[in-house]
Amino acid sequence: MSLHLSAEHPRTPGAAAWIGGTVAAIVAWFAIYWQLESVSDWLVARLPIAPDGHLYEALQFFFFDTPKVLMLLALVVFLMGLVRSFFSPERTRAFLAGKREGLGNVAAATLGIVTPFCSCSAVPLFVGFVSAGVPLGVTFSFLIASPMINEVALGLLFALVGWQVALIYLVFGLAVAIVAGAVIGRLHLEGWLEPWVRALRAGAVDLPIDRLSAVERIHAGIEALRDIFGRVWLWLILGIAAGAFIHGFVPADMLRAVMGARHWWAVPAAVLIGVPIYSNAAGIIPVVTALLGKGAALGTVLAFMMAVTALSAPETIILRKVLSLRLIAVFVGVVTVGIMAVGFLFNALFT
Amino acid sequence: MKDVKVLGPGCKRCVATADLVRAEAERLGIPVQLEKVTDYAEIARYGIAATPGLVIDGKVVHAGGLPKAEDLARWLAA
Repeated sequence: MSLHLSAEHPRTPGAAAWIGGTVAAIVAWFAIYWQLESVSDWLVARLPIAPDGHLYEALQFFFFDTPKVLMLLALVVFLMGLVRSFFSPERTRAFLAGKREGLGNVAAATLGIVTPFCSCSAVPLFVGFVSAGVPLGVTFSFLIASPMINEVALGLLFALVGWQVALIYLVFGLAVAIVAGAVIGRLHLEGWLEPWVRALRAGAVDLPIDRLSAVERIHAGIEALRDIFGRVWLWLILGIAAGAFIHGFVPADMLRAVMGARHWWAVPAAVLIGVPIYSNAAGIIPVVTALLGKGAALGTVLAFMMAVTALSAPETIILRKVLSLRLIAVFVGVVTVGIMAVGFLFNALFT
Repeated sequence: MKDVKVLGPGCKRCVATADLVRAEAERLGIPVQLEKVTDYAEIARYGIAATPGLVIDGKVVHAGGLPKAEDLARWLAA
């Protein structure tokens, strides 16, 4: 930025050019996407590996799935970036302040999906919500839904596993966030906040409402793309590599025996394994896809995925600054129970 | 002399925001006194819900994400 020599900022291309360029890019995206499978098949066939072996299968999965997932992720993140430019944490807070429990929990969980929010902002957001009069339980509904049901999770599930599973994940993820938040609210644990948070009565700031133009919203989409790709591409490739390994090498019988619906303990085990694992949706969904393909039960896999995304050690450590240990324990406990309930319910309904 | 505060716990974007303020102020030739506010209680007192936040001469002008250079120039010149 210090390189600008003139006092004026360089002129950007006109709005028509931006919108036209965006449409052209999306058309090009679809053209490439439809050709992807034939290109990757051709590429893997060139490799000096006997077809039909484990390695061949694993490589095929990797070379087709990596570009496919990256492309789908790019599209979904861009579109969500556009949608999110209509929301901000401050506006969401203003809407939720003074809302009663119940309906407030529903609104908070839903807004958690579309409000832009990064986990590094978890503490300012939490304090900002609570001190401006958003009830504690409602704040928790937001805080649970936001990392669990995000554009990356929904987009990838939709792309890799199908829209039914994406929808199921959305509905049950919302249910967990709403119920867990409502339970925490009902317990009246305001006294378990760190004292400085309770003492704070800041009120909300009046930010000038920024009306964005279409071009600025496109910029927001591109910015989201850059930001999320910068953070998740490595996770994603690792996840796809792990998925490729499961796909090619882990025997389906063994996996079905452990993660199938037969054992009642499969769900709690998956959740307990998932809670300390910190990955984002991008890294976990390729693994989920491979597990499902090998016959793992849907409820068990969904519970695993929710546990990985909704609860993470880094976020809990950050939240320790505002919550007492007891309150963190309640938060983790209530969410864990909710996720397990989803897993059990699913395995019971769909086997 | 503009009094500029960058509110944020020290995440990557907060650092980037501070750098942007410095660069933009230098480009416009506006002297600024830049301060980073990292204490959570202090940040919360400004009433924002997302970091980084930007306070110029005691007034919150921005919260959440990197501010745009054009906006920054406008706020600094005001």
